[in-house]
Amino acid sequence: MTRYGILIDITRCVGCYACEEACSERWGNPASDVHELSEIRNTAIRQVDEIYVPVQCMHCTDPTCVSVCPVAAFEKTPEGPVIYDADKCMGCRYCLQACPFDVPRYQWHSLNPEVRKCDMCYDRIRNGEKPACVEACPAEARIFGPLDDLIQEAKNRIAADPGMYENHIYGVKEAGGTSVIFLSPKPFERLGMKTNLPEHPLPTLTWAILSKIPNYVFWGSTLLAGIWWITNRRTEVQAYEAALLKLQERENGKNGNNRLSA
Amino acid sequence: MRALRLPRLTFWGTTFWVIISAGLVSTFIRFTQGLGASTNLSDAFPWGLWIGFDILCGVGLAAGGFVVAASVYIFNLDRYKPILRPAVLTAFLGYILVVFALLYDLGKPWNVWHPIVMWNPRSVMFEVGWCVMLYSAVLALEFSPVVFERLNMGWAKKAIHAISIPLVILGVILSTLHQSSLGSLFLIVPEKVYPLWYSSSLPYLFFLTAIAVGPAMVTIESFLSYRAFRREIEVPILGKLAKVTGVALAVYLVLKIQDIMAYQLMPYLLTFNTESMLYASEILLGVMAPIVLISLRKIRESRTGLFAISLLVVLGFILNRMNLSVTALERYSGVNYFPSWMEISVTLMVIAIGFATFRLAVKYLPIFEHPDEPAAPKDAPQYDVVSFHEVLK
Repeated sequence: MTRYGILIDITRCVGCYACEEACSERWGNPASDVHELSEIRNTAIRQVDEIYVPVQCMHCTDPTCVSVCPVAAFEKTPEGPVIYDADKCMGCRYCLQACPFDVPRYQWHSLNPEVRKCDMCYDRIRNGEKPACVEACPAEARIFGPLDDLIQEAKNRIAADPGMYENHIYGVKEAGGTSVIFLSPKPFERLGMKTNLPEHPLPTLTWAILSKIPNYVFWGSTLLAGIWWITNRRTEVQAYEAALLKLQERENGKNGNNRLSA
Repeated sequence: MRALRLPRLTFWGTTFWVIISAGLVSTFIRFTQGLGASTNLSDAFPWGLWIGFDILCGVGLAAGGFVVAASVYIFNLDRYKPILRPAVLTAFLGYILVVFALLYDLGKPWNVWHPIVMWNPRSVMFEVGWCVMLYSAVLALEFSPVVFERLNMGWAKKAIHAISIPLVILGVILSTLHQSSLGSLFLIVPEKVYPLWYSSSLPYLFFLTAIAVGPAMVTIESFLSYRAFRREIEVPILGKLAKVTGVALAVYLVLKIQDIMAYQLMPYLLTFNTESMLYASEILLGVMAPIVLISLRKIRESRTGLFAISLLVVLGFILNRMNLSVTALERYSGVNYFPSWMEISVTLMVIAIGFATFRLAVKYLPIFEHPDEPAAPKDAPQYDVVSFHEVLK
């Protein structure tokens, strides 16, 4: 299965917010003037000085949200998008806590709250269409396609105009790689993007511990049973020896030193 | 003519009902208007007091159950038998209350059973959920003989007794797993946790502090039961148990010092800010002071000393859990989270229910006295002198 992705070229974004509007329409969200991710905004254009920075779910290769969810409400699809099933969700919000890109948002004021985040328009992709934001973008700041092609395209753009671009494709290595990748005219940390993320997927940190559990259960219970056997045996032997001592005392008594019969 | 008698007002009785009333109001708001209206949580700060205190501290403070059960059954240390039942009762109540509090915190509490059928073995939370579920069942079984005894159901008590060793082993395994996994929950956010608290050994640190706080909590309970029921405190037994706390805290301290070196935390320690102050008070008051006090025999074996030690350990433990789950994440989130009065009142209500239920259980169930159990060690075979005589012939 071809893995798809989105290449976001920050140098091309003109801040027209067409992507935000298309996204809201596709999700049935109300219009809003707040250009930040929220429960009614799954993609947003943040303004940093004179630069417009699109933000949305990164659709990680090994997503933290998929790994932390106790009920497997998140799924990394073979096509690339990370999707969420609200019917499974029990609302523990570990995904909000754990996401390295701080993407998921919660319907705090709902009595049947759901997590909200971009799903790369999974339904449209499966129908052979582009995601709504990509289709709406008049400046081609977002392009959609097979991820490998997009990475090659990003490399070509940097090579063609090294003065224009920061020599880094954000998302190729961050947190083990993502399906949404960025090109920028400035160092990424100056655009408010996290540059201190490890290059390995974050779920490896918890898996290092979790994978030890079967071994621990086996050896731990064997050890405890062994300790019990030893301490229990000791109690038995003590009782036996005490009984033996009593017996010896009684026999000694029979051999003439018995004060009771005297 | 009968005189009109008003119910007697006592300080604690009044406090209890004030807390319960406030908690019920908050409960109403929580379940009619949602988490947003009742808590100060937000997208930037999704976990607050209910996770930090009700879950992380609640589970930890119930650790006395598995520590004492392991001492009595696995290590055959019969001297701890008098405190076994109160310890198991605390653990059982603790876990029920943790699940109760979880229903407030979950966005969709009616889906709380989902981990049973919707599996994700890569999730620490999934593992914690399963362990808490299974361990609650184990605790119910471990506690059931007390109820059977009260109901004169000797056969049921015998049945439980027959499986007590495998049951306790299962309980210890499940406990150690999820006590440590509560720390593993934070392994996945290395860049969000303030450096003073992040460590790849978080699961081991959580495990050690749980072992340390278990006996301390059992001790505090014994003192409270003493006040309430005028029963003697088993100071010599609890003093010995305090040594378990001392050893666990000492190992913990070594790991913490190792972290300071491995993660180069000195600059953070020497920076004067909220984090360093809270970290220092956690280590000095909750770890170092108890280690010193426990190592002094006179203090460990005196009534006030023992109480002071246990109080320090419990408060230090709570501070540690709150620090990791709230303080350590505030700077990254950019939000100054402080729980709303509704969050606080629900937490206080959970604690109040815990105290009240413990009191009722002690009043109506044979928790502290063991009428039909002789003082002799439980499983020690009573060898008949005569039969040995025959064998030895």
